[in-house]
Amino acid sequence: MGEQQEEFAIRVRDLVVGFGRQTVLDHLSLDVRRGEILGLVGASGGGKSVLMRTIIGLIPRRGGTIEVMGQPIGGRTQGAATAWGILFQQGALFSSLTVRQNVQFPLRENLVLSQELMDEIAIAKLEMVGLRAQDADKYPAELSGGMTKRVALARALALDPPILFLDEPTSGLDPIAAGDFDALIRTLQGTLGLTVFMVTHDLASLTTVCDRVAALADGKIVAIGPMRELLQSEHPWVRAYFHGKRSQMLQHEMR
Amino acid sequence: MNSQPLLLATPSGDALKLRPEGPWTAANVATLETLSRSVGAEVDRSRVVTLDMSGVSALDTLGAWVLEKLSRRAASSGRPAEFVGVADHFSGLMDEVRQVNRHTPPPAAAPNPVLLRLGDLGKSTVGAREDITIFLQMLGALFMAVVGVLRRPRTLRLTSLVYQLYRIGWQAIPIVVLITFLIGAIIAQQGFFHFRRFGAESYTVDMVGILVLRELGVLIVAIMVAGRSGSAYTAELGSMKMREEIDALSTMGLDPVDVLILPRVAALVIALPILAFIGSIAALYGGGLVAQFYGDMGPAIYIARLHEAISVTHFEVGILKAPFMALVIGIVACSEGLRVKGSAESLGRQTTTSVVKSIFLVIVLDGLFAIFFASIGM
Repeated sequence: MGEQQEEFAIRVRDLVVGFGRQTVLDHLSLDVRRGEILGLVGASGGGKSVLMRTIIGLIPRRGGTIEVMGQPIGGRTQGAATAWGILFQQGALFSSLTVRQNVQFPLRENLVLSQELMDEIAIAKLEMVGLRAQDADKYPAELSGGMTKRVALARALALDPPILFLDEPTSGLDPIAAGDFDALIRTLQGTLGLTVFMVTHDLASLTTVCDRVAALADGKIVAIGPMRELLQSEHPWVRAYFHGKRSQMLQHEMR
Repeated sequence: MNSQPLLLATPSGDALKLRPEGPWTAANVATLETLSRSVGAEVDRSRVVTLDMSGVSALDTLGAWVLEKLSRRAASSGRPAEFVGVADHFSGLMDEVRQVNRHTPPPAAAPNPVLLRLGDLGKSTVGAREDITIFLQMLGALFMAVVGVLRRPRTLRLTSLVYQLYRIGWQAIPIVVLITFLIGAIIAQQGFFHFRRFGAESYTVDMVGILVLRELGVLIVAIMVAGRSGSAYTAELGSMKMREEIDALSTMGLDPVDVLILPRVAALVIALPILAFIGSIAALYGGGLVAQFYGDMGPAIYIARLHEAISVTHFEVGILKAPFMALVIGIVACSEGLRVKGSAESLGRQTTTSVVKSIFLVIVLDGLFAIFFASIGM
């Protein structure tokens, strides 16, 4: 039994989430294995971000259970910084702090360590995500879109969390930067042994980095598995998603 | 498996063998720092340092960096430490950490404090000139917008103007009435209390009437409007600037001054005299109540004394100032709003600047008007 629990980083059972009369997630179940990169796809407004925000405790749920690293998650997000890192879609960097202070923020709040070590760790994280030490004293307003995402990733990784949540990490990046970012996530995942939960629409990321892809439709996970299996799926929405004109073109190119 | 990290040091001659054990992770950072500091001197002394990693049960970036730092310390006094027994799943991380913090930029030289002060002084001088330029530019742009509206009256944003009038005029009435009522009452009470000592109580009414109509009514109301509506203008325009709404307007061929600023400033210019009038009446009413209950002066006498003491001139002096004060508040609030940059902090800073600056300018303007009216004998 202990082995069984160790195998999964996130276990979601019969999750129900709704707002007012509308039910967004309807008895959804999902397992994320330890050390994998799971991509989540779904229609715009279909509840992908809601699922992610519910797992990290930002949205209350109506029913069901969520376990992260074998620990049941309550309604609160307190003390969660060491359990997971989150990359928000717009970066969500604190605009009044420099890049260095942004990366140090989780360290400062959660650990007791010397300023010298904190500076070194911050620079180390920035260099790991492909930034230079010279960028450390800039303010978020001075950064480009790609740099903002990298700094946000460095902040999310500041405490070496075992799980990393990414909300559309490559949206708003050009294909080269998006490809670099995908490669970066792959590398970091390998180096730090992360479990990555990624919400994305980017078919290229799904194909190149994700170990498994889960498709969310009608408030449920309708298909889950490696990209190859999803392409064979018979579910009408999944077929429409992966075999639409845009997707066909992309897959054709890739072959 | 240890729950606490350990660092065993075995010196032999000028060689040193270090054996970290247990979880070298961020959760134990305090212990890690102490451990690495405790062996620092020995590392400096030894020529050959070996790090035996086989006892490490968990490792993250922080732990790996602390070990890497020890290795670099060894490098500075001899050869870099040799890592042995690195588990497969840690080797990627160790390799990664070896690359970082190699190119620390030289720390910026501490600036000369005198030069720093001089620099600040120069900057604020230039800044003051810039402020005046921006104020005049905004005044000019507003003037052009007004000329445009006069030429083609249909271009006036009437809906927006009416809405702003409702927001900054109508909705401000309760608080303006309350505050000015209290101010009037307080002045009257002070007047009765101090004038009573030399039997000049009846002159309290003269003081309240002249002070409220000429100065306090309009000044208090202008300060309140600067705090209440000026700050709202700055924050609104600032967040619109941040979300590129103002750029969107410009690209559609619309002038933000016509669309956003003129209705706001015009609403202020119309509303402030009205509010000043209402405020003055409320202050006189407050003074009258104090006269009755504290000064033993009935309403009939109060009104009769007021009639003798004040003339239309006093009222004119007060109310003439109101539109100019409104113009200053509006221009400062709007131009500070347009100076907001990307960050949330800048929005807060510009809003503060807007309120402080417009209150300051309103008081300066009031002083200039006092000199002006005195010299023309009003």
